[in-house]
Amino acid sequence: MKQDIRGKGTITLDHGGGGRAYRELIHTYFLPRFANPYLEKMDDSAVVEIPQGRVAMTTDCYVVDPIFFPGGNIGSLAVCGTVNDLSVQGAQPLFFSTGFILEEGFSLNDLENVLIAMEEACREAGITIVTGDTKVVPKGKADKIFINTTGIGVIQPGVDISGNNAKAGDKIILSGTMGDHGMAILSQREGLAFDTTLKSDVAPLNHLVRQCLTMSREIHVMRDPTRGGVAAALNEIALQSNVGIRINEAAIPVKEEVRAACEVLGLDPLYVANEGKLLMFVSPGDAPRVLEEMRKDRYGKGAQIIGEVIPDHRGRVIMATAMGGTRIIDMPLGEQLPRIC
Amino acid sequence: MKYVDEYRNREIAERLIKRIWETCHRRVTLMEVCGTHTVAIHRNGIPGLLPEQITLISGPGCPVCVTAISDIDCSIALSEKEGVIIATFGDLLRVPGSETSLLKQRSLGADIRIVYSAYDAFSLAQQHPDRQVVFLGVGFETTAPTVAAVIRRAREAGLNNFSVLSMHKVLPPALLALVTSPQVKIDGFICPGHVSTIIGTGLYQKVAEEFHIPCVVTGFEPVDVLQAIALLVEQIERGEARVAIQYRRAVSPEGNLKARSMMEEVFEPCDSNWRGFGVLPQSGLKLKADYAQCDAERIYDIPPLKSQEPPGCICGDILRGIKRPPDCSLFKKLCTPDNPVGACMVSSEGTCAAYYQFSGVNIA
Repeated sequence: MKQDIRGKGTITLDHGGGGRAYRELIHTYFLPRFANPYLEKMDDSAVVEIPQGRVAMTTDCYVVDPIFFPGGNIGSLAVCGTVNDLSVQGAQPLFFSTGFILEEGFSLNDLENVLIAMEEACREAGITIVTGDTKVVPKGKADKIFINTTGIGVIQPGVDISGNNAKAGDKIILSGTMGDHGMAILSQREGLAFDTTLKSDVAPLNHLVRQCLTMSREIHVMRDPTRGGVAAALNEIALQSNVGIRINEAAIPVKEEVRAACEVLGLDPLYVANEGKLLMFVSPGDAPRVLEEMRKDRYGKGAQIIGEVIPDHRGRVIMATAMGGTRIIDMPLGEQLPRIC
Repeated sequence: MKYVDEYRNREIAERLIKRIWETCHRRVTLMEVCGTHTVAIHRNGIPGLLPEQITLISGPGCPVCVTAISDIDCSIALSEKEGVIIATFGDLLRVPGSETSLLKQRSLGADIRIVYSAYDAFSLAQQHPDRQVVFLGVGFETTAPTVAAVIRRAREAGLNNFSVLSMHKVLPPALLALVTSPQVKIDGFICPGHVSTIIGTGLYQKVAEEFHIPCVVTGFEPVDVLQAIALLVEQIERGEARVAIQYRRAVSPEGNLKARSMMEEVFEPCDSNWRGFGVLPQSGLKLKADYAQCDAERIYDIPPLKSQEPPGCICGDILRGIKRPPDCSLFKKLCTPDNPVGACMVSSEGTCAAYYQFSGVNIA
C-alpha cells in the first residue's frame, strides 16, 4: 500500500477527498512523523490532560514563500513560531494542532521534507501534535502549502509576562543577532536571488525561556520580534505599556552579512523578521543574571542588553545612533519595499 | 563592512561636529539635493548634532517624488492593458496617482511585478514570450545608463515584447531652476554622490562660479555628510564658492564617460514634467527613434489623462526647498506613510517620509 503513492510525485484532488487516497496520504506521510497515542486514536477530537495552572493558547498561519530556505522550511517555521508565541507569554508549550492546505500538484517529496522538519522541531521543543487536518485545493487556489498550527501551554504560578508590564528602568535584552530570517528568505526570492551563507535563525525558544524564568521573577515582558522585526515589537510594547523605550544602535547585534545585504537593498535590519530571537524586559537588578543565563543556551549565545525603558517619550521608541544623534524608530507600515537607487 | 565602517566612526564624526560648531557663526541654509542624503541625515540623527543656525533642507533628488502625477497615471493606464506585465522598482507602487495607485491596481488583478533592475525586466520578457513586459523607467543619471544598456541588449536580442516607459530625468536643469528661482535661498549644496559619479562636477562649477554657491559632492555615510557640512560652512564663512569633492572614493571631475555615452546612444533629451517644478525644458530622457521598438510611449496608445495633484499637498514646495514637511497641514494628519497623499511621503527617500519616520518629535 505504501509504495502506491510514495515517491509518485504530486498531490491530487483525490488526496483531499476523504476516501482511500486521503487515508493513504495520512497513514503514509503524516502519522509516522507525529506518532503519539493521542493522534493514533483517530477520533474526531483529541482528549488531553493538562497540568495545574493557567493555560495559554495561540494560533498562527504560515504561508512563507519560498517554502524551503537556508536554515529551515515552512514546517520548522510552523512549529517554532507557535512554540515561541507561547514561550514569550511565559508558557511551557505542550499540545499542538495543525492544519494543512495543499495545492493540487504539490510535490509529495517536498511534503515529506516539510513534515520531517516539523517532526524535528516538535522533538526539540518537546511538544506533541494531538490533532490535525488536511485539505487539498485545485491548482492555483493556494501556493503549494499553507500550514496552521495552534498550541496550548501552561503558565507556572507567579509568572506574569505581558506586553503591558514594561516598567521604567527595565533593561531590554535581545537574545542574538537580528534580521537573519528575513534576509535568508529574501536571498531566495525569485528575481532577487543573491548568494549568501546566511541562514534563517528559526528555532524553538521554550528551553531558553524556561531557564531564564528559573533565574528571575522580574521578567516583565517577552516578545519574539517576527514580522516587522525588532522595531515593530518594541513599538507595540511601548504603546501597550505606555512607556518610552530607548535603544542604543551600537549595542544591537547584527551579522555582517545581514548588514551588507540590507545596505545593498536599502532595508533596515531593525525592521527585518526574526524567527529564533526574543526580546526580554527585565528589572535592572536581575538583568545581568538573566543575560548570563541566556548566553548559556545555544540560541542565546549572542544576547545583548540593547536598551532600557524610560519614563518619558511615552509610546515611542527612540534610538541613540552610533553617531551620537537620536532618532525615532517608528512602527513599520507593511512590507519594506526595496528602493530604486 | 569595509568602505562603510570607516565612515560611521564615532570619533571622526565627533571631531567633525566640533569643527562645524567652531566654524559656523552665521545662519546658513544647506540643501541636500539627493533623497539618499535626506535619509542618511535623519537616520543618523544629524540635525540634532548641528548648531541651530544651520538649516538643512531637502531638494528634488528623490526620483519617485519628482515623477509627475501624469506619469504615474500613465503607468497605471498601461497596467490595465490586456497582456501587459508591468515591471517596476518597488517604491513606485504606493505613489498615488490621480485616482489610484499601482499597488491598488495589483490588488485588482493587474500583473505588476517588483524588479530590482531593468535587466530583471528584460529576463521577465524572455520568460514570458506571450506577454508584453513594460519596465517603468524612473530615475536620474545614475539609473538611466543601466536602462540604456538593457534597451540596447533587447534590440540586439530581437526581443519584441520588452519596452520601457521612460520617465527618466536629468539633474542639471532642476538644479539650475533652483538657483535661478527668487523664492529659493540656498547658501550651499550637498551635491549628490551617485549622480555625480556619472555626470562629474561640470554642473557644480557653473553653480559655484555664476551663482556664487559652494558645492560639495558628498558620500552617503554620516562621516561623509558631516565632512561635507564642515567644508561648506568653512567656505561660506570665508565668503568662497568653490566645488569640492568629498566623495573622492567614487567621483571624478569628468564623471563616467562610458555610462554617459551609453545613455546618449539610446536616449535623447526631452522636456519633462517635474512635480513641484512643472515642465523643465530638456530635463527628461526619451528613447531615440532608433529604439522605437522598445519605447512604450510609441507602442501603446495612451489616451490623454486628466491628472490632478491632490488638494492641499505641498510636495511641490517641499521639493524646491521652499517649505518643510511640518509646514504642511496634511503632514502626519491626513498624509502618513500608511495613507500617503503626496509622493514625498511614499518613497523611503522622500523628504516627508524621512521626517515622519526619523524625526517625529523633538528629542533632547
